[in-house]
Amino acid sequence: MRDLFDLIYFCAMVAIGYFVGTQVEKKHYQEIIAREADTMKLPAVTGQDYLEDNAQITEARMVYGSVVISTDYFRLIVAGLRNLLGGEVSAYETLLDRGRREAVLRMKENAIGADIILNMRIESCQISQMGTVEVFAYGTAVYYKK
Amino acid sequence: MQKGGVMILTNIDSIPGKRILEHYGLVAGSTVRAKNAFVDLGASLKNIVGGELRSYTQLLEESRAQAVSRMIQQGEQLGANAILNVRFSTSNIAQGASELYVYGTAVKVE
Repeated sequence: MRDLFDLIYFCAMVAIGYFVGTQVEKKHYQEIIAREADTMKLPAVTGQDYLEDNAQITEARMVYGSVVISTDYFRLIVAGLRNLLGGEVSAYETLLDRGRREAVLRMKENAIGADIILNMRIESCQISQMGTVEVFAYGTAVYYKK
Repeated sequence: MQKGGVMILTNIDSIPGKRILEHYGLVAGSTVRAKNAFVDLGASLKNIVGGELRSYTQLLEESRAQAVSRMIQQGEQLGANAILNVRFSTSNIAQGASELYVYGTAVKVE
């Protein structure tokens, strides 16, 4: 009886994870795409030599953006099974993609009014074994005199 | 993230629009943080459906701000007014505890 209850509980978690998790992911992607369109005018580059020639600079400061994001229970199980066979774990690929894009967006949103973000770096770090990662993006926002 | 003072931070080799007068060498700040059990409980519920764990995002932001302010303090003691080439690094010390480390080069600009 106890085992049966455990099994039902497990299946319920997987089902909730699948249905709600897919919705959450879809919504997040819609939000990301809309916000990316809004911040498109602010370029974030990984190099340092992209300043406009003879532009007058009023301010340069570091900007940051970070997010801790977690996968859902269904994808966690799928990734666990994948681990046995090896190969591509697409369940985690979308997780990291969402995290990176979110972190970059937050960084850009912290740099409103800037003209360019130089030397952008993205870092990620595992928070827990349960498919939780932190993504941190930083760079130097430069403001031109207008 | 940065509070108080007029310290300029960049993660590039220079401060655009300003000339460097003096170099003071490396300054660094770090903090080691453990997860909060209550925050963790909320996070494990959120783990079922996935998505952002806001409490963790906030926790890490605060910790990183503390590391940065320690670095700034060190720079101020040297008499610097800017820190160049700032880098961040994170490492897991033990299960549930991680270190946030930030370092850069303290300089004086005009």
